[in-house]
Amino acid sequence: MLFFITTRLARAALTIAFVVTFAFVVLRLSGDPAMLILSVDAPPEAIEAFRRSWGLDRPIWEQYAAYAIKALSGDFGNSMRDGRPAIELVLERVPMTLAITLPALLIKLFVGIPAGVFAALHRNSMIDRLTMMVSVAGFTVPSFVLALVLVLIFAVQLGWLPSGGSESWQHAILPIVTLGAAGAAVLARFTRSAMLEVLGQPYIRTASAKGVPWRRVIADHALPNAAIPTVTIIGFMIGSLIAGAVVVESVFAWPGVGRLLVAAVSNRDLAVVQAILLAIALSMVAANLVVDIAYGWLDPRLRRSRGHA
Amino acid sequence: MTDITTSAPVQDHGSAEPQLRSRAARFFEAWPPMTIAALAWIGAMLVIALGADLLAPYSFTAFDLKARLQPPLGFGGPLNHALGTDELGRDVLSRLIVSIRLSLLIAFFGTLIAATLGTSLGILAAHFRGRTEAVILMLIDFQASMPFMIIALAVLAFFGNSLTLFVILMGFHSWERYARIARGLTLSANEQGYAAAVRQLGAGSWRIYGRHVLPNIASTLIVSMTLTFPEIILLESGLSFLGLGVQPPLTSLGNMVGYGREYITRAPWILLAPSVVIVLTTLSISIVGDWLRDRLDPTLR
Repeated sequence: MLFFITTRLARAALTIAFVVTFAFVVLRLSGDPAMLILSVDAPPEAIEAFRRSWGLDRPIWEQYAAYAIKALSGDFGNSMRDGRPAIELVLERVPMTLAITLPALLIKLFVGIPAGVFAALHRNSMIDRLTMMVSVAGFTVPSFVLALVLVLIFAVQLGWLPSGGSESWQHAILPIVTLGAAGAAVLARFTRSAMLEVLGQPYIRTASAKGVPWRRVIADHALPNAAIPTVTIIGFMIGSLIAGAVVVESVFAWPGVGRLLVAAVSNRDLAVVQAILLAIALSMVAANLVVDIAYGWLDPRLRRSRGHA
Repeated sequence: MTDITTSAPVQDHGSAEPQLRSRAARFFEAWPPMTIAALAWIGAMLVIALGADLLAPYSFTAFDLKARLQPPLGFGGPLNHALGTDELGRDVLSRLIVSIRLSLLIAFFGTLIAATLGTSLGILAAHFRGRTEAVILMLIDFQASMPFMIIALAVLAFFGNSLTLFVILMGFHSWERYARIARGLTLSANEQGYAAAVRQLGAGSWRIYGRHVLPNIASTLIVSMTLTFPEIILLESGLSFLGLGVQPPLTSLGNMVGYGREYITRAPWILLAPSVVIVLTTLSISIVGDWLRDRLDPTLR
């Protein structure tokens, strides 16, 4: 088990290193920072001085090491727009994003999973067909279309809910529903196929043949085994709690990380973009790590086979 | 004689009916009505994309300030603008047609790039094994662990936007799916007799992978392309919706929705028309993809 966790930790560290490298390489490829910040016709001495003060005259690997150390300590420099540290700007937006993504996650889990399990247990019934139809819609309707249709119905036509902003709890309802509905549809489809796969296994037949009541077959044999593949997608959902609301936040003018990212990208506020990139990478990696460990816990075979390898 | 003539039609009638029905049933089993409808929609979109210049009634940038925000035909709009006009009096139908062309083009080239890139890397990994494979697997892990939209946004922030860059960027979406499939299938193909047999006959690697392995894994790759294509349509339209994808004066489906959002109360048709096209197109391709998967590749379920 220790070996299992160490390899997973190493993989997580590698992914973070990758993101930092990616940001560094892309940053250097995107042009000379001296040219970006000073103008092209700045005097050569000024450019030279700028280069020296930013360490751009040192060898590239030294620049990279310096960059990586700064990045990992959360120092990306100041936002070009309001001069505050980029990491601070990002961190203060995180609670706002979580305020809509966490309730949406609950909707996904408590609607998506039961719907998928129910659909699998009543295969080809009306409810199964309905669940599948809704979940196909969840795949093919882009979130901004769903969001705008909800706005059209509940804000424009009925006037029940506000169409954008963040002044009261009512403002959070439409963003939460938009995020939750799409995710629940995906999760329902996934859970259903995982469940169907498990229900076709010989051990289910054995269990019911030896007289275990059907309810207990489902609860003790089918659900735990179907949970294994479902954990992956739930992990991805948890990992994207910060990243997953880019479009929805923009539609509803919700002041979260996603909207900050969109604004930073269109202003080319690179410090903020890098800070968000690393924050998202950290959350994805942490979630993946938890999923990997959950896997090992749910499925002892995995733990042992990888442990010996 | 009379017996035969009277009984034969009856017999015929009795046997022909179920046969006819089963032929129809068999036809619809192979070609479900949903699939036919989806294929028809995709066909229509292709015709529109290819003939955009001929089909568009107006130039997509031509504005008619006297006919601003006209509702579509059937909702009180004039005859000459079937889907209404936007706030500059530009014909929504013409813009829709041009947008369909650009969105489909981007998705087409994006899918092509993703499939080529991913398949090549997958085959390379399976061919060289060792360190090359480890690096490619690491890249796959990285790509799968980050939401691609975030990577795309970061790249757009660093490099700014041009159509060429944008299309190439879309091509990096889901390449890892092809790499995984191609690697797995190539590894197993290499262990099967046919690859070993042609190698024994003296064929080089290019010939083995190009002429023998690739055709054998093509159906799985094609099915994956039906997954990537709608995903890229959704990704492109999402980014364009945010104003970070296709830039004006060019227009794509996502652009139209993003732009129509400003007029959601006064002129919802501007955003509804492209939304319907996005949904029906992605839906149709998914339906056809499922159908293809069942026909071509029963192992991939």
